[in-house]
This record gives sequence, structure tokens and C-alpha cells, in this order.
Amino acid sequence: MGLKQKTADLKKRMREAVKGGGSKAIEKQKAIGKKTARERILSIVDPKSFHEYDLFVEHAGRDFDMDKKYLPGDGVITGTGTISGYPVCIYAQDFTVAGGSLGWAHAKKIIKIMDHAMKLKIPIIGINDSGGARIQEGVNALAGYGEIFYRNTQASGVIPQISVILGPCAGGAVYSPALTDFVFVVENVSKMFITGPEVIKTVLGEDISMEELGGARVHAEITGNAHFFAESEEECFDQIKDLISFIPWNNDKKADPFPKKPPKARQYNIDEVIPADPRQPYDVRDIIRSICDDSEFLEIQELFAANIVIGFARMAGQTVGFVANQPLMLAGVLDVDSSDKAARFIRYCDAFNIPIVTLVDLPGYLPGIEQEHAGVIRHGAKMLYAYSEATVPKITVIMRKAYGGGYIAMCSNHLRADFVCAWPTAEIAVMGPEGAANIIFRNEIKAAENPDEMRKQKIKEYKNKFANPYVAAAYGYVDAVIEAKETRNFIVHALDVSSLKVEVAPKKKHGIPPF
Amino acid sequence: MAETNNVQQDLKKGQFKSLLVENIKYRTILTKKYQDKKPYAPKDIKKITAFIPGTITKIFVAPKKKVKAGDKLLNLEAMKMENIILAAVDGTIKLIAVKEGEKVTKEMVLIELF
Repeated sequence: MGLKQKTADLKKRMREAVKGGGSKAIEKQKAIGKKTARERILSIVDPKSFHEYDLFVEHAGRDFDMDKKYLPGDGVITGTGTISGYPVCIYAQDFTVAGGSLGWAHAKKIIKIMDHAMKLKIPIIGINDSGGARIQEGVNALAGYGEIFYRNTQASGVIPQISVILGPCAGGAVYSPALTDFVFVVENVSKMFITGPEVIKTVLGEDISMEELGGARVHAEITGNAHFFAESEEECFDQIKDLISFIPWNNDKKADPFPKKPPKARQYNIDEVIPADPRQPYDVRDIIRSICDDSEFLEIQELFAANIVIGFARMAGQTVGFVANQPLMLAGVLDVDSSDKAARFIRYCDAFNIPIVTLVDLPGYLPGIEQEHAGVIRHGAKMLYAYSEATVPKITVIMRKAYGGGYIAMCSNHLRADFVCAWPTAEIAVMGPEGAANIIFRNEIKAAENPDEMRKQKIKEYKNKFANPYVAAAYGYVDAVIEAKETRNFIVHALDVSSLKVEVAPKKKHGIPPF
Repeated sequence: MAETNNVQQDLKKGQFKSLLVENIKYRTILTKKYQDKKPYAPKDIKKITAFIPGTITKIFVAPKKKVKAGDKLLNLEAMKMENIILAAVDGTIKLIAVKEGEKVTKEMVLIELF
């Protein structure tokens, strides 16, 4: 064969392989509103930037007549590309080929691109859309998953790992997304569960639909397994591109700086957000938007544990992670879910050299038997652990209430926050005035002629003496008391001077966090 | 941002409630998880319940029988295992609420003691 024929032969092989499961299977995929694997990759990466590898890999199955079947690419597409110029490794399972099921060759392709990402020190994005293990390949499918999970763990904290659930991701398969940094789900498309509805019905006799068991909303709102929720695949891709712009390529680098931009002061005026009455709520995201660049805030896990707000923004061009109590939901208390949510995010920022800005306004931890029995002790401790362990620059702004254990947990001076400021409206106290006065002045109130009057008076006294930032400032627990409108300047200056910060932890293999 | 954000919806409906934390009432929105939480009910040790849905395969006792802690009460088949349910305390069987072969749900009462 001459060169011309060989080239024609190559093009023919490529055409066959790129067809995936064939037009019928592709139609089925489209009919339920899902894009094909290749379409997804091409939508996420920059135009013409995708280079595919292992297109001609063939599966290793020999039992059950598998050797008679041709599965293009063994049901997964892997390669490298760029997103807004950032290099990434990316793979997408192809549901049109054997249901996207994972066999040994399929797994090897994923393992190869994961190892590649580790060597190249660039992020890896995995698009999951698979029926699960390829039963015909038996234990080799399990081996495949195991090798993937091991690599997820080894890569954790070294390169950003992103999982996008654009189809079923069930049984063992779903552990890979759980080990990655961020999970993206799309309404009516994503399905994540360990055991599906059929198994649950047979073994336990309980009835539930796929969507109710492990649909996108369930994971975005209830389980906290998902970090980003979208109503369409396009919206999801936009979110991925957004996220990539905030994070560094690997743990040796800082996130790329952007041009500095002021916040949209006309839309978000920090002085107008906080209500005069300390018991009235406000949306803390308005505060974040009034101080960050271009008022652009990428919120993470928006629908889960909404009583705490986490996400990325830029301050004078530099990525920072925000952790803020949300007085709008459950008065901004800390509880099991919010502690989990914040602690993991703090550790992510610490692993990837992202400074953390903490905004404090909480009355304490959520009281109740339900919380106690759910282990608020163990979960709440995660926040203390995460903040204490973090060595990135930590900046804390105490806006209003900071009572008791909540004050400590929200990156106080004692957990080695580098810069702590408080607003004039801050109340840093061991307890709210009502609770404290009842305990400290118990005898005076009991002995008084009019206990209610005495109680009111004592509450007022306590409030005047302790419900302010000056007592803490007198001890140096607060570095500065500033007006709210100075907050952006405070944070930007803190970031400027702390860019070379070094903090060394005692030598250890690793701690034992309250998992 | 997802338009179906519950926070935005609640803001529009003005679903502010009051949450008491350390004697102070805060005006805020309650999360769905908080509102749906089950009220606490202490466990009644005289009622032996199914810890998992399954099938009763064998019953070893009858009403009025005296049992000691650790005695076999019944077999509950679930998750490919024969789970042997033992008496936790000494007592006398008051009633047996299930039959052999019956499918039971989680937390269903199987046996009651006096």
C-alpha cells in the first residue's frame, strides 16, 4: 500500500472508532436530553484544543463471546486539551458503547490519563456516564475501579480533580467522584447511588425512583455529595470553566492572577447590607460581593448546609476562598452539615495555596438532641482541625455575633488566623447577653423584688460591658477594629503582605482528623 | 446560579421563622432538614423491633414463655444472612406480632415483653 492508501485507511479506522456505539445508540442518548461523550469534551475544552489518545484501544474481554464484539475506544474517550488556555487532562465515558460499562481496557485508559495528569502536574476532569462494571469481565472490572480509586487518593491534594456526573454513576463507580475535589451534577441527568432502586426493592422491599434516590437535587441539597448543581449540561460546562479559572494547575503553584477590579459598589454597598437590629438577618453573599473583585463570587455547595457559605472570589486579582456564616439560614449557626462543608473546603484551599477569608456572624452551634445524636461534637471538631492545620494566609473579619465555641471555630486568633479584624457591630463574648446574664447574675435575679426587671437590667449591663469587640481587642485577640467600608482594604493589604508566608507544622506522617 | 434555589424562593415568600439559640430569638429561614427532623422518642426496650427489612424465617418462642437475656427469639433473614435476634433483657413474652414467612419493614415491632 502506498502512502495515500495508508492515509485513507487511517481515516477510515478513525471514522469507525469515532462513531462510538453507532447512530441508533446516539439517538437514544439524545432522546433523553443527554449529549454524547465527544460533544461534552468538545464543549468544555477550547475549540480545536482537544487531542485524543487511545482511540484504537480494544477491550480485553474473552468470556461470554466478548471477543466477537468491537467496542470503539472501549467506551471511554481520553485526552488532553486546554480550558481558557489552562492545560487539562480529560476523559468522558461513552454511554453509547456497551452502556459505558467499565472493563479492564476502559479502566486502563482512565488510569493512563490519570497517571499522565500526575506527571504533567495539571488538573484532571472525569465525565462519568456509565452503567457500571462490565459484568462479562468479572473481577477485572473491579480491579479497574480499584486502580482508579487508588490514583484518586494519590492525586488528592496534588492536582485538582473534577468529576462531572452526566449519567448513571452507580455501585462501586460512584466512589471515584467521592474521592475527587469537586462533583458537578445536572438535574434529571445525574444519578448517583451505591445500590439502585431495583436492588433496594428486592432486598429491602422499599420503593423509590432513581431521581428521588440519587438524582442531582438529592446530592446537591441533602447528601452534600455534589458541589455544583446545574439545570442543563451547558450551564454545567460554564460552571466548570468558571471553577478552572480560580484554581491553580497543581499544588506547587498559586492560582493565576487576574487583572485587579473593584467591586460593583453601586449594586453592593457594604454599609447598606447589615441591618441595625442584630437579630435581623441579611444575605452574607451580598457582603462578599461588596468586597470582592467585580463582585464575582463562585459559590460551592450552594444548596447544601446553606447556613454556611463557601466559594471562590478574587481580591485584587488573587483567588481567595471565602467561608462565611449565613444569618439568612438557621441564624448562621454551625451544625453537622455546615461543619463538614466548611472543613473540607478549608483543607482544599490549604492544599492548593489559596488564602482563606472568614466572615463571622453566628450565635453558636445549633442546639438539639438531633444534632447531638448526629455527632455534632465529632463533625464540629473538623472545623477546628481544618483551620488549625491550614498554613495558607488566614484572614478573619468578625462582623456581628461571635459567641462561645462558634467564635473559636470561625478562624479565631487562637487557631492562628494571621489577621483578625472586627467591625464596631461585632459582639465577641462567651455567650449572648441573655444567656450569660441568666447564669452570672442568677442570685441577684432570684433575690430581687422584681426578677424580670432585674434580669432585664442585668442583661443590659452585660450587653454594654461585653457585647462589643473591645474586650477581645484589649487582649489582642482582635488585631484591629475597623469600619465595615474599610474591609476590602484590610483584606487586600493582608494578602499583599502575606504572599511569602511560611508556617511549619510539627513533623508527622499526617494527623488523625475527626473523620 | 440555579434559579430554583430554595433561599431565593423563601425570600420571595417571606418564609422567615424564629430560631431560639441561647435564649435569643433570631429571625431567619429554617432549612428543610431542620424542619423535617424527627422528634426524639426514647427507645422502649420491651418492644423488640426489626433493625432491617427482611423475612421472618423461624420463631423460637411463644406468648407467656419466660426468656433470659441472650435467649434466641427469632430469625430474621436479610442481606443474604440469617440474623438471629436475641433477647436483650430477662422477661416474659407478651405477644408475637409476626408469623413465620412474614416480610417485615424496618423498625416494625416483632415481639413485645411484659
